[in-house]
Amino acid sequence: MKLDSKIPNGPLAEKWDKHRFDMKVVNPKNKRKFSIIVVGTGLAGASAAASLGELGYHVKNYCIQDSSRRAHSIAAQGGINAAKNYQNDGDSVWRLFYDTIKGGDYRAREANVYRLAQNSNLIIDQAVAQGVPFAREYGGLFAQRSFGGALVSRTFYARGQTGQQLLLGAYSALMQQVDAGTVEMYPRQEMIDLVIVDGKARGIITRNLVTGDYERHVADAVVLATGGYGTAYYLSTMAINSNATAIWRAHKKGALFGNPCYVQIHPTCIPRSGDYQSKLTLMSESLRNDGRVWVPKNKDDNRPPNDIPEEDRDYYLERKYPTFGNMVPRDVASRNAKQVCDEGRGVGETGLAVYLDFRDAIRDFGRKTIEERYGNLFEMYEEITAENAYEVPMRIFPAVHYTMGGLWVDYNLMSTIPGLHVLGEANFSDHGANRLGASALMQGLSDGYFIIPYTIGDYLAGTELPEVKEDHEAFQEAENHVRQKFDKLLNTNGTKTVKEFHREIGDILWNKVGMSRSESILKEALETIPKLRDEFWQNVKVAGKADTMNKNLEFAGRVADYLELAELMAEDALHRKESCGGHFREESQTPEGEALRDDENYSYVAAWEFKGLGKKWDLHKETLDFENVTPTQRSYK
Amino acid sequence: MENKNMTVYLTVWRQESKNSKGTFVKHTVEDVNPDMSFLEMLDVLNERLIKNDDVPIEFDNDCREGICGTCGVVINGTAHGPRSGATTCTVRMREFKNGENIVIEPFRARAFPVIKDLVIDRSAFDRVQNKGGYTTVRTGSAPEANSILVPKENADEAFEMAACIGCGACVAACPNASAALFVGAKVSHLALLPQGRPEAARRVERMVAQMDEEKFGACSNHGECEAVCPQEIPITAIARMRREYWKSTVKS
Repeated sequence: MKLDSKIPNGPLAEKWDKHRFDMKVVNPKNKRKFSIIVVGTGLAGASAAASLGELGYHVKNYCIQDSSRRAHSIAAQGGINAAKNYQNDGDSVWRLFYDTIKGGDYRAREANVYRLAQNSNLIIDQAVAQGVPFAREYGGLFAQRSFGGALVSRTFYARGQTGQQLLLGAYSALMQQVDAGTVEMYPRQEMIDLVIVDGKARGIITRNLVTGDYERHVADAVVLATGGYGTAYYLSTMAINSNATAIWRAHKKGALFGNPCYVQIHPTCIPRSGDYQSKLTLMSESLRNDGRVWVPKNKDDNRPPNDIPEEDRDYYLERKYPTFGNMVPRDVASRNAKQVCDEGRGVGETGLAVYLDFRDAIRDFGRKTIEERYGNLFEMYEEITAENAYEVPMRIFPAVHYTMGGLWVDYNLMSTIPGLHVLGEANFSDHGANRLGASALMQGLSDGYFIIPYTIGDYLAGTELPEVKEDHEAFQEAENHVRQKFDKLLNTNGTKTVKEFHREIGDILWNKVGMSRSESILKEALETIPKLRDEFWQNVKVAGKADTMNKNLEFAGRVADYLELAELMAEDALHRKESCGGHFREESQTPEGEALRDDENYSYVAAWEFKGLGKKWDLHKETLDFENVTPTQRSYK
Repeated sequence: MENKNMTVYLTVWRQESKNSKGTFVKHTVEDVNPDMSFLEMLDVLNERLIKNDDVPIEFDNDCREGICGTCGVVINGTAHGPRSGATTCTVRMREFKNGENIVIEPFRARAFPVIKDLVIDRSAFDRVQNKGGYTTVRTGSAPEANSILVPKENADEAFEMAACIGCGACVAACPNASAALFVGAKVSHLALLPQGRPEAARRVERMVAQMDEEKFGACSNHGECEAVCPQEIPITAIARMRREYWKSTVKS
């Protein structure tokens, strides 16, 4: 298989314009004849479904939640980047492009990232017209703030609920199309297989989560916008029901998986407390604008934080990175937190935490200002920890937060299966090996509002799509396959619960494919994962029945997929012997302990082809060419 | 170290399906860590039920940080439980006493039929929202963002209204099962912004009509909705909705 990224020719700044002209356009009268399945209703899915419906396509939009308004994009706190340069601080499309590609440690495509930066401004306009209440100044204009890894203030925000407000904006656009009759909603439906007819994606099998029925849905093209796979780690900041099933089952049907080992571990989360814990809670990294990160200088310093005098504190980020200080990108901040904890200087009961201290910010700006900026975050922190962060420093620790890897897509956002398009966090593109803060919302909406509406037209207009019916044997076969799988899960009746298996695979991933990776521990992971998977299929205990609402069964299907995906994550991490972004290989670091890339050997996207369980995946490489920026060792000093 | 763990006595609503008859079932949960969230306590109970070949309790939840609006049960008679301004998922076991009896029921309203156990069908909210709970704006046709000036106070108030998470606690708490706070919040959010003004009259008329259609009750100013709203949306949302409604009738 030869990977063709389909990046247009010509100068970087003109590629997208030129491509939009070169693409075929579906005659407006014919659009209604084409049906498109969109799976997922987060920022990418809702914006895509709404925009495609508006163009006149017949859109069917699916989600596992009870309403499309609840997709996990809603939990994004901090903000969304745009190159508006409203602050007159020297921002531009070029600077946003440059920061993003550098932030991704030069492991993303120039052309994609540049297009993302171009679209950023349109997104803000669109959201504002929908009534998204971004923060404003007294004069009525928009306020922006700076955000992890950027020296300009380009982040638009709506208190600590930016994701919620943007999602509700996209949801309202979607509801408008439902009202107009162009989009049909299918809530409480889980995609459990992709159906391919004559080599093209032509539909999906879903499980109706209320009745347990298996349903067949046919279309001319399928769009997956089903988010990332961070829940494979068991504990993460993701929602409980976020999962990898849609992309994983598409992968097993032939879609290549790009860079599965690129996982973002976010530096500012509330530390773990006990075994019962079901998820981790993120504290927006906007807190690092005013909070100072520190640990005691000496490892046996057990004094309460406020009793530790200035000279005994180590503000390690400010010390090591004087230019960026507490604002270094996420991968750098997380790795440093791990490092000081490994040195035995971590704080709190478990020693797995560092302080994030607002004492100086409160002294300089007053408590009221800090309350205005972060009030809801301080409240959330207190609800969970029963501590008042205005008085004692917060304790934070890194947690899995986002997956840069995902299904491989070309410039048109189409996977290696014709007709299967992948948007948002579910695809691998744009963020390289590390995502900058406030870029996820931007990418999801750029894909959904401003890319897929054009590129899917090019596919539909240029492809022969004979009529396919639900009784086609490909649908029959796919349904039988998933039916057997669910039956097997219910009938195994072993002794270990799904949650116990999930916790075990999560522990393996966190300890061996987490913040710091090495050849020997990755090989251990590759030994243990298949064994755990075998044990799962022999000894899992799933409650209840198939023909009813059964969340334990849903959950079992998802954990079965993590047990396969985990192996590919470890495989990818093992093969990439360099360090880059969130992927830190202990064998590849600078003398100061920073991630050391190996551009000569690894400047490519690793796209993996599934060959069957128990067999090795085939590796395909898409070389990354840098014509406009020169990859350098990232420095935030 | 002293054992700070607690025991709680649960009385939980169990209902097999929409049309079957439900009943209360008692469960004792021992060894509850006070730092657990309420839903984590239910997770622990469900794990024990599964191990005993029992059927776990179905309840909706997702983000577990109070923003998605998926979770929501009535705890000891109060929607979302004991703490004001909280969703069910952000309630912690330290808010209960050791040995406490806890009654757990689904949100109840004619417009929210029970699907199973504590899971309800809130699709009526989506149907209300799609009758105008938006601004008609074609993708790509939006004007430059800063060309629409909005005074900070209006933007802040619009935000407060837009913060609704659509959980339905307002309906569950209302003696009439009215959705006035939910609808009022959306109507107010868009009415407060210049972007929402062109369609304000049509929006409020259609949303209110659909609210009635869905068999939500009428608002009689009890204020229970405001008291349980996890986002603390004030009842002034309802007053503004009435004003907008009245204005729309004068216009037409």
